[in-house]
Amino acid sequence: MELTRREFLRILGFAGAAGLVPGIASAGLRSGGLYDVARFGDVRLMHLTDTHAQLLPVYYREPSVNIGLGDAAGRPPHLVTRAFMNYFGIAPDSKLAYAFTPVNFSAAAERYGKLGGYAHIKTLVDRLRGDFGREKTLLLDSGDTWQGSGTAFWTRGADMVEVSNVLGVDVMTGHWEFTYLAEEVLKNLQAFRGDFVAQNVKVKEEALFGGARAFDEQTGHAFKPYVIKTLGRHRVAVVGQAFPYTPIANPSRFIPDWTFGINAVDLQQLVDTVRAKEKADAVVLVSHNGMDVDVKLAGQVSGIDVIFGGHTHDAVPKPLVVRNRGGRTLVTNAGSNGKFLGVMDLKFSGGRVSEYRYRLLPVFSNELPAHAGMQQAIDRIRAPYLKQLEEPLATAGTLLYRRGNFDGPFDQLICDALRQRNEAQIALSPGFRWGTTILPGQTITMEHVLEQTCMTYPETYAREMTGQQIKEVLEDVADNLFNPDPFYQQGGDMVRVGGMNYRIDPSAPSGQRIDEMRLENGETIEASRNYRVAGWATVGAKSPGEPVWDTVAAYLRDHRHVEVRKLNTPSLKNVGTNPGMDLS
Amino acid sequence: MGISRRDFCKTLAGSAASLAVMAVLPGSAVAAWSEKAFMADKLDDAIAAKYGALPIEDTSAIQIKAPEIAENGAFVPVTVSTTIPGVTNISIFVPVNFSPLVTSIDLFPRTKPDVSLRIRMAKTSNMVVIARAGNKLYRTVREVKVTIGGCGG
Repeated sequence: MELTRREFLRILGFAGAAGLVPGIASAGLRSGGLYDVARFGDVRLMHLTDTHAQLLPVYYREPSVNIGLGDAAGRPPHLVTRAFMNYFGIAPDSKLAYAFTPVNFSAAAERYGKLGGYAHIKTLVDRLRGDFGREKTLLLDSGDTWQGSGTAFWTRGADMVEVSNVLGVDVMTGHWEFTYLAEEVLKNLQAFRGDFVAQNVKVKEEALFGGARAFDEQTGHAFKPYVIKTLGRHRVAVVGQAFPYTPIANPSRFIPDWTFGINAVDLQQLVDTVRAKEKADAVVLVSHNGMDVDVKLAGQVSGIDVIFGGHTHDAVPKPLVVRNRGGRTLVTNAGSNGKFLGVMDLKFSGGRVSEYRYRLLPVFSNELPAHAGMQQAIDRIRAPYLKQLEEPLATAGTLLYRRGNFDGPFDQLICDALRQRNEAQIALSPGFRWGTTILPGQTITMEHVLEQTCMTYPETYAREMTGQQIKEVLEDVADNLFNPDPFYQQGGDMVRVGGMNYRIDPSAPSGQRIDEMRLENGETIEASRNYRVAGWATVGAKSPGEPVWDTVAAYLRDHRHVEVRKLNTPSLKNVGTNPGMDLS
Repeated sequence: MGISRRDFCKTLAGSAASLAVMAVLPGSAVAAWSEKAFMADKLDDAIAAKYGALPIEDTSAIQIKAPEIAENGAFVPVTVSTTIPGVTNISIFVPVNFSPLVTSIDLFPRTKPDVSLRIRMAKTSNMVVIARAGNKLYRTVREVKVTIGGCGG
């Protein structure tokens, strides 16, 4: 552990450690320092998650509001801005501060540039594999890879399978992958050269009886629950954990035969079996649970060495060490949108993991040259759609982003567009965590709009809802975010509202968090009165309206220049000072 | 929600599950033994009608396999098993239902106490499982959340 910290300091370019790497500039590191990852131990497991189909480098502002309650209060990932930097020892205004926090985002983005992009990730992955010996490395992907861009939507995820193959993803699991039709999922997986694993996706009994295909009819597993990888002289078992609430958070109608869940009991049995039968030196979980769920799971299930997590888009520089009956489990989460690559080196002794080194490397696109083969693949994928993607719609007068527990300027824009186009009093927009960031002065293109909206159930609606129904929606989503037990959370953020305001007490019991609901003019929203509400992304049944990207694009073409100065931010009750919130 | 004949056969094929189905289906034959318990509209009344005043002890030796958040409230799969020796009855209660007692399953002495069934839950509720062994009752509680869904990310 001590060495990990030293390595970490080295990455940070602290003066005390600067002697280890000659030539560190005080303003930050040259790429050599950041990406020269000393080889350690026996195997190197690299980890990518939640790229949301971002083929090209992006700006992505990390949240300034990510509240943790109860056990999670003040614990990673629920630290933002200064609290985050203090906890992980990151220098203000440094390159790492830009990658990991939203502080002075626009200025830092101009200075340090975009992150991610598959061609740049490929260069980094190849370098880290070469340094270590390719046959002793693995690249894991925790999913949310096939959704989030126009090209992913138009090719039904196939473009991302292609680049994942070029990148050399060895094992993956999924979430938004399941928002395509089941037969499309299976077709994509046939083209995928790695292994797709999920211990917690089963074929429903009635579907099995009706002839649905399963990986294992006896156990009901729809996919391989795990895979064994031989790395040099060592065997690593990679178990998969798909997003447990996919058919609840996303439409079940696309994947009617499959049932999900956390399935902690099954996972323990599986890990015990793998430990007993497979002679694995390490058992790791590639997970789309979300960080808080992974932390709780790591306490309940023993025998897992590392959980490589995603879903909640938390860029956490160091693993959390969770104690359990079998010893300890490391829990990581590797951010989103291709901004980061996790690198876990494991050392074995006596057939078990004895030591580790972990780094979460930001992928600075202007320090890692684009890999030529990957860039060609990306260009080829984009070529047929370039004209649509590059259509300029408006200019951004202010910073536009989404991520945050309660609001984001781009969501405000979506809500404004929905209300205007549908002549609605109120708009609701889901609290997704994908969607990139646009700097002030940038031209907003159709591609940007698709990055915020592109999915397989984008249809809009406008309908009458009673005040009571609106409250029930807010309460339901609030409980999915703030239930004190992470197993009852779904990840994602609070539903965004336009045209109304409310107050929220995140610490209150389910059904009692929301009050003081008012229309924008100050009028109280009454439980029994009807209001005209517009929204999109309905999970239960397809909505009748146009795709939301058409709504937003039309609004932007009309306005040409957009400034989002005021958000319908709820007022907060009983949050006090929480290190997961910085409203400055 | 009617269970198809094919599904019924399929369920029968699983030995543990068959118990549950048989206990639930012939309402007249089995439930009649505990009519007051099944008709009771409060949890405590249902427990009292079923078991009288036997002492209840909370236990971790009953394992409930059920979703934390239901994919479909009309169709929540539940599996209950226990390592408590000598269990002769397992009952499942959903307190917010109009009639909290959902099922009560008598076990033969050498039956493995491992039952599966699907239950309907209109809204978020605890699921209370009571197992009887001798003249003692053991209880485990698990919350199952029923949600509108749709805003995950």
